Amino acid sequence: MGSHKKYWKSELELSKDNSIVENLKNNEFASELPVESFLEDKNTLQDTSTNRRDFLKYLGFSTAAATLASCEGPVHKSIPYVVQPEQIRPGISNFYATSISDGFDFANVLVKTREGRPIKIEKNSKSESHGPNARVHASVLSMYDSSRIQGPTMDGQNVSWEQFNLNISAQLKSMSASNKKVVLLTQTFSSPTTDLIIEQFISKFPNIKHVVYDTISESKALDAFELSYNVRALPTYDFSKADVIVSVGADILGDWQGGGFSSGYSKSRIPKKGKMSKHFQIEANMSLSGANSDVRIPLKPSTQKKALLKIYEYISGENTNVSLDEKLDKKLKSIASSLKKSAGKGVFVTGIDDVDAQVLALKINQLISSDVINTSKLNLTRKGDDKKVSQLVSDLSNNKIDGLIMAGVNPCYTLSGFKKFNDALKSLDFSVCFSMNNNETAMLSKWVAATPHYLESWGDVEMKSGDFSLVQPTIKPLFDTRQFQEVLLNWSEISNSFYDELKSNWNKTILKGLSWNQALHDGVFSKNKPSNRSFKNLDLSSRINQLNDPNIGDFELTLYSKTSMGDGSQANNPWLQEMPDPITRVSWDNYLTVSKSDAKKLGLKNINESNGALNSNYANVKVDGSSLKTPVIIQPGQANGSVGLSFGYGRRNGVKSELQTGINGYDLYKDLVNVQIVSIESVNETHEFACVQLHNTLMGRGDIIKETTLEIFNTKNSSEWNRVPQVSLNHIETPVTSPDVDIWDEFDRSIGHHFNLSIDLNGCTGCGACVIACHAENNVPVVGKSEVRRSRDMHWLRIDRYYSSQESFSEDNETKDNISGIKESLSVFGEMENPSENPQVAFQPVMCQHCNHAPCETVCPVAATTHSRQGQNHMAYNRCVGTRYCANNCPYKVRRFNWFLYSDNNEFDFNMNDDLGKMVLNPDVVVRSRGVMEKCSMCIQKTQKTILDAKLDGRVIKDGEFQTACSSACDSGAIVFGDINDKESEVLKLKEDDRMYHLLESVGTKPNVVYQVKVRNT
Amino acid sequence: MFYIHLFRMIINYKLDLSWVSKIILVLYFWRLILTQFFRLLVVRKPILLKEFLNLFKSFRALRFLALNITFLFATSLSISSQEIDISKGKSLFNANCASCHKLNKKLIGPALKGVSNKYEKEWLYSWIKNSAALIKSGDDQAVAIYEEYNKAAMNSFPQLSNEDMDNILAYTDYTPPAAIASSAANSNNVNQISSSSFTNDLVLVLLLLVLTVLVTMLFLVTKTLKRLASDNGIEINQKKSSGTPIWEKFIKNQFLVFVSVILLLLSSAYFAYGYFMQIGIDQGYMPIQPIHYSHKIHAGENQIECQYCHSSARISKHSGIPSLNVCMNCHENIADYNGEEDLEKGYTKDFYTNEIKKLYKAVGWDETTLSYTGDTEPVKWVRIHNLPDFVYFNHSQHVTVAGIECQKCHGPVEEMEILYQYSPLTMGWCINCHRESNIKVKDNEYYSKIHDELSKKYGVKELTAAQMGGLECGKCHY
Repeated sequence: MGSHKKYWKSELELSKDNSIVENLKNNEFASELPVESFLEDKNTLQDTSTNRRDFLKYLGFSTAAATLASCEGPVHKSIPYVVQPEQIRPGISNFYATSISDGFDFANVLVKTREGRPIKIEKNSKSESHGPNARVHASVLSMYDSSRIQGPTMDGQNVSWEQFNLNISAQLKSMSASNKKVVLLTQTFSSPTTDLIIEQFISKFPNIKHVVYDTISESKALDAFELSYNVRALPTYDFSKADVIVSVGADILGDWQGGGFSSGYSKSRIPKKGKMSKHFQIEANMSLSGANSDVRIPLKPSTQKKALLKIYEYISGENTNVSLDEKLDKKLKSIASSLKKSAGKGVFVTGIDDVDAQVLALKINQLISSDVINTSKLNLTRKGDDKKVSQLVSDLSNNKIDGLIMAGVNPCYTLSGFKKFNDALKSLDFSVCFSMNNNETAMLSKWVAATPHYLESWGDVEMKSGDFSLVQPTIKPLFDTRQFQEVLLNWSEISNSFYDELKSNWNKTILKGLSWNQALHDGVFSKNKPSNRSFKNLDLSSRINQLNDPNIGDFELTLYSKTSMGDGSQANNPWLQEMPDPITRVSWDNYLTVSKSDAKKLGLKNINESNGALNSNYANVKVDGSSLKTPVIIQPGQANGSVGLSFGYGRRNGVKSELQTGINGYDLYKDLVNVQIVSIESVNETHEFACVQLHNTLMGRGDIIKETTLEIFNTKNSSEWNRVPQVSLNHIETPVTSPDVDIWDEFDRSIGHHFNLSIDLNGCTGCGACVIACHAENNVPVVGKSEVRRSRDMHWLRIDRYYSSQESFSEDNETKDNISGIKESLSVFGEMENPSENPQVAFQPVMCQHCNHAPCETVCPVAATTHSRQGQNHMAYNRCVGTRYCANNCPYKVRRFNWFLYSDNNEFDFNMNDDLGKMVLNPDVVVRSRGVMEKCSMCIQKTQKTILDAKLDGRVIKDGEFQTACSSACDSGAIVFGDINDKESEVLKLKEDDRMYHLLESVGTKPNVVYQVKVRNT
Repeated sequence: MFYIHLFRMIINYKLDLSWVSKIILVLYFWRLILTQFFRLLVVRKPILLKEFLNLFKSFRALRFLALNITFLFATSLSISSQEIDISKGKSLFNANCASCHKLNKKLIGPALKGVSNKYEKEWLYSWIKNSAALIKSGDDQAVAIYEEYNKAAMNSFPQLSNEDMDNILAYTDYTPPAAIASSAANSNNVNQISSSSFTNDLVLVLLLLVLTVLVTMLFLVTKTLKRLASDNGIEINQKKSSGTPIWEKFIKNQFLVFVSVILLLLSSAYFAYGYFMQIGIDQGYMPIQPIHYSHKIHAGENQIECQYCHSSARISKHSGIPSLNVCMNCHENIADYNGEEDLEKGYTKDFYTNEIKKLYKAVGWDETTLSYTGDTEPVKWVRIHNLPDFVYFNHSQHVTVAGIECQKCHGPVEEMEILYQYSPLTMGWCINCHRESNIKVKDNEYYSKIHDELSKKYGVKELTAAQMGGLECGKCHY
């Protein structure tokens, strides 16, 4: 059956005598292709002797040659020392005790070095306080920053140190002779020897004035303490002693007053003998402290002041004329009464940036005779004076200052709230900046002195009065750098080196005959400095009136420092950039946090994209004159009428382009006050976030985070509040832990070691130190913002954060249990996806659960993931072919896939892409390649090392020797690791504790990671 | 060449050999030559010369011994009347003096060659017994030496008797006449070396000649036989080509073709697989190092413990390449090589001494002033044993805990003139050893409990590393 249909390709074909149609019958194309345009000149093309065949020959030859060449192994060179230092033995780690004191973070640490290079920060067990936080853990990478300044410069030109010192000394002398005003602007060193050196320097050049500046000021608290106790310092707090903690706007688990309180805090939070502390938090932004508190009252800053007054009223009995709504008033009354009842075991703290509020807080503590606050042992980590800094800025802009020397500070970035500072600095003839990075200040300074990282430096710190710490170098300076103190000694024409000066000062004033080497070995040295300070009773009435009349605007902005980025001095640290914020779970960004109802009012939106990423529009935030366009996060628990913005982002100078993220919160830090009255309007542009957790609520799934209240915990049997899930076996409810309902054969693990990891949800504050420690220990790659946005972050350990959708998680459970029928379930579950306005928050660190009955192992087609007798789930990277079946079959979603090669790849220009940044890699752990699955190994390199050490010594391993990176980094004791076959071990006790449960127990995976039920003291 | 050598040996040493043994020896050498010949052709790996060279060396050692005996005999004849024992003097010198003195060279103290000519014997006795006392007494000569050598006090040796000192002095005075003889022998050997490749070729050519002669002879003989046969009218039954030739038959037989193609494919697959599996396995890898460091001399002849230099093998995952200051522990005193030579390969005394000079250059040691200049230049050794990054291997686990000999994995290092990779270092090789080796439980408290329990469970007396968990992936891959 023949068809005579004619198919035509164009209507032109219909007209018969169209030349194009005719032409197309013979040729493929209607006109000649413009080959010349892409083959350049036709003549040269014809002239070349290379024809197609030659090309194919070359292609074939080069392919064959490349293939052949790849069969040959590369030649590795091995270069030993000429003279090997006695302490360095290849393959063996050395630990050195030292301290960080960068003006913002103060901590006593132990530095692990391998082959002479520091690779990891650990806790110094000799020191009781000031353990390392996430930023301190990450600080080791900041040393291997390829953008560091490599030598001193003058007007941007490299000079030698001799020339540098000679020139500056001459200038200093001439300025001193003509009595010109020079200011030395420094961070808080709180270093006895540095103070001495600065003193000597100023006595040599009396025209120099020393101004101490904290980027995030605690000046008001210092002033208040000075007023009350005659000493300009901060009191110390021992939260481990506390029964009642009341905080008004103080993020005690964050960076409030220098931080370092979390370890003491957690001690009182783990229920012992039915007792734990009760924590009330009144705050505007959702902070770590608020998230961990038992009772959280969101109040905007102006109302916080009133609340403070009201609490004061209830405690002192003094009338403050404050009127609050009844409900709040009742809550405050109960807070005050529990403080009163605490019998010295209560404490009241406030973060309100106001002298009057701080004075009142001290008074309240005095009234309740708090044992938690210690006014004789002082916190010396903040010494900045706002008045002097403001004076300096105004003097500078009025040309009253002729020279500026800056050390440990980056005022061009952090004083951006003062517009005039940068211009004034630029116009100065004499400006010297001591800096590690080519930051904003270094860019504008005439002279830049390259300083070493603290791991390359000598020094000392007195963090608390009487608690001295030493700083010692752990590596030879990588670049041609000199310490601030060393240079200052040179300018003061003192021939001693800083080390000599340090040692002699210690021997003279601190050690007084005790061993220097021992002090250096321990890193810390404590000396009792008994001093009783008497409380000065001030007239409070005027202060009360001032507090009661706060400046109220539409929106009150509270500026805060983020857990990951702090004050922003480590902005070039990819580990910290990639670390998700514990509360919002957003990495690589800062943002304006807005409450849900305010967002609705202002038209601010968060949108979950279909690909699982988070978008938002922008908000324009205006504070008298300056405005800032910021992305927005709708933050559950944010007090209505308040917004929050973090410091530390928006660095542009001396930071790799990929890491130039966020916006500069210091722009709005007017007069160094962290609360500003702002006006906000929505901007209709889309911002893309890299948020790692979009599902924010628990949906009543009580088997993920088990919670109970202290009352139920104390009075009822554990089966009530920690019920083991049951399944039906022959119509009989059977616990899933029973072997009868197990489809697997049990393997005998009673011989040898069997590792378990216990995570106490009561102890965990969500600080994220473990995340960074894991990063450092296991060579976890950084993947960058766009990859994190695609949910391809590589963190082996994540800290999930859940909000309750009702007032509390228990109400969530009730709501879920009361659902009847499919129709209701759909609507109710839909509602439960939205967190409450003031939700309860729970943190849960999740890493590979090392299941005894692991679902991942059974689906691997190449047996790349297997189980060991010791309870660890092994992952043989070299065997993995990248099917990702295991990740799909993992109920905990803890497996991470290497979508790309993250080392030596210019697309991922982070620390693994440059030789300097690679020096931080742990040589005991392999750097994974593309197409390979990876996950938490329970730090098998560490457990194997512990076992080997015991074998070498021929001894039995004691409890506590086994550690993982996360357990050793955990300052709050929430993560405990050990061998459950050791009957004495702590982890076995925890495993047999009533509070113990397994994550998703009903799945029957029998994990080797156990959790402890969270108990709330409500 | 070995053939010649054999005869030379027989003639030289007039070895009393019966005819039978001579023939056996000749045959043995023939066999060696032939295997050598084929190996040269096929393998071209000088390592395989080793066994041959060993044999050769043992003969040479014999000859040196003989030479030495003759020299000793001669010298003892010449001075036996004085009852002075030079060999005793040598051992005394090595025990007491060598750490500070050399014969021909200044070390910490002066060179001692001919010292008895410079000073009176009595003075020398008292100097050696107690130099400090002599200096104190204000003796001019003593003070002069003391000043010259930067006031470095010489140890006193009250334990040495006059007789001992005589022996030492005799040794220091003694110039071995053997020097000439041995150098002659050396030059003789050198000639041999230079002619060795020539003789090798000669042997080959000769063998070829013999072969052609034999072939022609055979050809001629058949020709003659054929002629004889035809002359005598004998018909030689020549095979007639009946039908198709065998290869055509083969092609026609499809089954055979099929089977042989399959066999061919299988065998080529087998060999291809074998070839591909050895890619990346560097067994026998023997790179040229920047300094010709001979493990044979250090670990073999001088019996230095492996872990004297590779000390971190005991405690660390790395065995460690010794830093140059470890070399200088000995080489501050050993500036010249005085041991055996392997002239075959050009490893002369000068060659080795020159390598020591390279060490001095790298470490910045000035031989004339015997001090460090501080001008260093690290040695870039070529790493031989390369494990991939994804394997964790720990030396201390194997060396200290398990007590395994270094040689088990690294082979006879003490015989290696140039170090090479002895083991394949493949996973199969590791695993195999873990399966076969028992845990060393003795005196290790760590193992006591787990070993008891596990061995009971498995019903064995001694556990292998594999049973202990040595086959688990994560033990080596993390």
